[in-house]
Amino acid sequence: MARKVTTRRKAVVTVLAWLVGLAIFFPILWIVILSFKSEGDAIKTPFEVIFSSWTFESYATVQERSNYFRHFLNSVVISLGSTVIGLVIAIPAAWAMAFVPGRRTKDVLMWMLSTKMLPPVGVLVPIYLIFRNLGLLDTRLGLVIVLTLINLPIIVWMLYTYFKEIPGEILEAARMDGASLKNELIHVLTPMAVPGIASTLLLNIILAWNEAFWTLNLTAAKAAPLTAFIASYSSPEGLFYAKLSAASTMAIAPILIMGWFSQKQLVRGLTFGAVK
Amino acid sequence: MGRITLDKVTKSFGDVNVIPPLDLTINDGEFVVFVGPSGCGKSTLLRLIAGLEDVTSGQIRIDGEDATDMPPAKRGLAMVFQSYALYPHMSVRKNIAFPMKMAGVPQDEQKRRIEAAAKSLNLTDYLDRRPGQLSGGQRQRVAIGRAIVREPSAFLFDEPLSNLDAALRVNMRLEISELHNALKTTMIYVTHDQVEAMTMADKIVVLRAGNIEQVGSPLELYHTPQNEFVAGFIGSPKMNLIRGAEADKHGVATIGIRPEHLAASTESGLWQGTVGVAEHLGSDTFLHVHDHGLGSEPLTVRVDGEMPVRHGDRIFLTPDESKLHRFDMQGLRA
Amino acid sequence: MATKASRAAARLMISPAVLLLLGWMIVPLSMTLYFSFLRYNLLMPGMEEFTGWTNYRFFLTDPAFTAALWNTLLLVGGVLLITTVGGTLLALLMDQPFWGQGIVRILVIAPFFVMPTVSALVWKNMFMNPVNGLFAHLAKFFGLQPYDFLAQAPLGSIIFIVSWQWLPFATLILLTALQSLDQEQLEAAEMDGAGPLSRFFYIMVPHLARAITVVILIQTIFLLSVFAEILVTTNGGPGVASTNLTYLIYMQSLLQFDVGGGSAGGVVAIILANIVAIFLMRMIGKNLEA
Repeated sequence: MARKVTTRRKAVVTVLAWLVGLAIFFPILWIVILSFKSEGDAIKTPFEVIFSSWTFESYATVQERSNYFRHFLNSVVISLGSTVIGLVIAIPAAWAMAFVPGRRTKDVLMWMLSTKMLPPVGVLVPIYLIFRNLGLLDTRLGLVIVLTLINLPIIVWMLYTYFKEIPGEILEAARMDGASLKNELIHVLTPMAVPGIASTLLLNIILAWNEAFWTLNLTAAKAAPLTAFIASYSSPEGLFYAKLSAASTMAIAPILIMGWFSQKQLVRGLTFGAVK
Repeated sequence: MGRITLDKVTKSFGDVNVIPPLDLTINDGEFVVFVGPSGCGKSTLLRLIAGLEDVTSGQIRIDGEDATDMPPAKRGLAMVFQSYALYPHMSVRKNIAFPMKMAGVPQDEQKRRIEAAAKSLNLTDYLDRRPGQLSGGQRQRVAIGRAIVREPSAFLFDEPLSNLDAALRVNMRLEISELHNALKTTMIYVTHDQVEAMTMADKIVVLRAGNIEQVGSPLELYHTPQNEFVAGFIGSPKMNLIRGAEADKHGVATIGIRPEHLAASTESGLWQGTVGVAEHLGSDTFLHVHDHGLGSEPLTVRVDGEMPVRHGDRIFLTPDESKLHRFDMQGLRA
Repeated sequence: MATKASRAAARLMISPAVLLLLGWMIVPLSMTLYFSFLRYNLLMPGMEEFTGWTNYRFFLTDPAFTAALWNTLLLVGGVLLITTVGGTLLALLMDQPFWGQGIVRILVIAPFFVMPTVSALVWKNMFMNPVNGLFAHLAKFFGLQPYDFLAQAPLGSIIFIVSWQWLPFATLILLTALQSLDQEQLEAAEMDGAGPLSRFFYIMVPHLARAITVVILIQTIFLLSVFAEILVTTNGGPGVASTNLTYLIYMQSLLQFDVGGGSAGGVVAIILANIVAIFLMRMIGKNLEA
């Protein structure tokens, strides 16, 4: 039921909420602005920055000097690759747990979740050594493997909560209608679960894209995704604000847009269904 | 053909025994209703026949062939679910076509059967809609249509009307009965509503805790219930069951008399009591009679709708001796 | 509730996920455990030998460990305090009707999608830099001395940066919880004569309690492992002033190549994380039943 709200109250809340919202968003807005300024202008006072001239030169420089696009591509390959492989492994598992629950299903789910709570630093040394011996250090493949494994529990969980909402009777109807297990999955479950699968995909691309422990520790120059590439700006050389801003803007823009689309699923995915 | 035989079938979930050894034969063309209170195992029994659950032991035969280990798809049965279980991402047409698509029925034959089913179920105008755009009754019809086009050897219905409102339920009941008359195919129908059982069935199977309490035609169950449970379950309003001294007079533990077999009078009769609530339905009036000295439960009596009785009135009741049911200590018909 | 055939299929379909995760858990964990009892330095290959509890003794008695433990607690506690209190207030604000709700919501959750290295570097350079940062410009505008945040208050600055990243998460979850509150409950309370404050404390707070617990537990899991933010801003310094456990173990393992010591630290970190995890799992497990 809509409650009665006076226009004046609504106006006050509007002003307050917009002020807070803009304050929180400001750093992002600021780097977008700086990315269109020259290096010389980017370090001036805010007032001067705003009224200085606009330019695309930083974007060109970032690409020219550091082959930005390669790192971008690394990020795409690693986040998309690990998510897709994760989904392929997780969809059958989530189907099994949601529709053929056994006595131990709950324990398996909880155990999967517990692997997510392992602090990464606790297994840093062995993973580093294994990767070194297998020649996986600084390779995209290595990162795809690690990110698939660390995000697999979240993918299984999210899919499980979505699948749970599909009534089992519909799958039974398909079975009665003569569908084999394969047809049941392809013609009935998957089309019904498309929204859930899509949001799982989205959220996991975001998580993989922003993952900054393994990507920083297991890559050097070759396979470094954007997280690691941006980290190279931590040792400054000369004026670099505009370049850092341009690189950052490009690194966060795609994920920011995806994130805005996946707000609702974010809550569900990150709380493992504890808050809906 | 659709003759289904259950031979010493049992079902346990872990340690819980849901169906004790059970034998039942359903003849070709019969309309059989499984009825009983919730948790009596009627749905489980239907799912065992469908093949959606494994039997723990025993054998299920369909037309003489052992179907115990057959997957559901191979049994040639069609099922209508309580929630209709329509595929929400497919149009009505595709929903109905799905079982034929799975069976590899040729396109033009599919088309012919869909149109025939749609015509008989009044769905022709809705074939291109999604289930979400249909009313409850229409969804029910689509579910039935999906079952018909398979030309199954038997139809299984799992409480198909429980999600519909009262008026629609009466209509659908008639439609399903007419469908049975037209197709002459075996139908197994699960419900907890004894009115549905009485009005639709050729044969009623009354279940309690996995046990078959009685099998028979509606009127057999009404006239000669084999035990107290069936007596109390079949018939509306419920049969009055009287224990104690009054039953002793008949030499049994319990006597039962249906509300419609008690004659009511304001002047004289065998028993007397005070009218509590009087439910006026127009054609009939149901009286709840208290302080009758026959036990703590009020007696229910059906009287003519015109009879002028009110709350607190004194009333005399006389049972029709020929319609009296007698049960022994074990609750069995004496 | 299913047939033998479908149960067999289910086992088959679940096994790849289970086997992979089992391998991912058992192999590295047992290696960490094994290494933690070895004297093993990558700079001195071939010198590995069993040393018993030595690595643990060195790790736990190292003053850097005490400092790192303390910093970890401050970091986790500080961020939790800021994000839950701030998140609750923000969620309450955004639950009110106002113009442009959708857009403000988008603005508020944006920081969560910014990768840690970007947000840390942006705050470090564009805002906290004592010469060219926005805060320095502001201070100069008001005639004040610019403050070198990351040198003077390294841990505080990192807490601030991490809080900015996690505030959206807390807000979003609390807002979701708030919106799931039955409006009729609030109206019933109003009919019963409860004022706005009583409604907040007697109805909203109990309703939010669960969501707040979830926020606290999940954030704790992630906050115990804060790494990139420290790496690109302070490198744990000055000294160990902003070194948390994760960073300490990283330094020991990959900068000093002390595999044995790093592994001992890893085991300690796992134990600490498990204490939190147990509480979280219990909550989620309960929810699974409901």
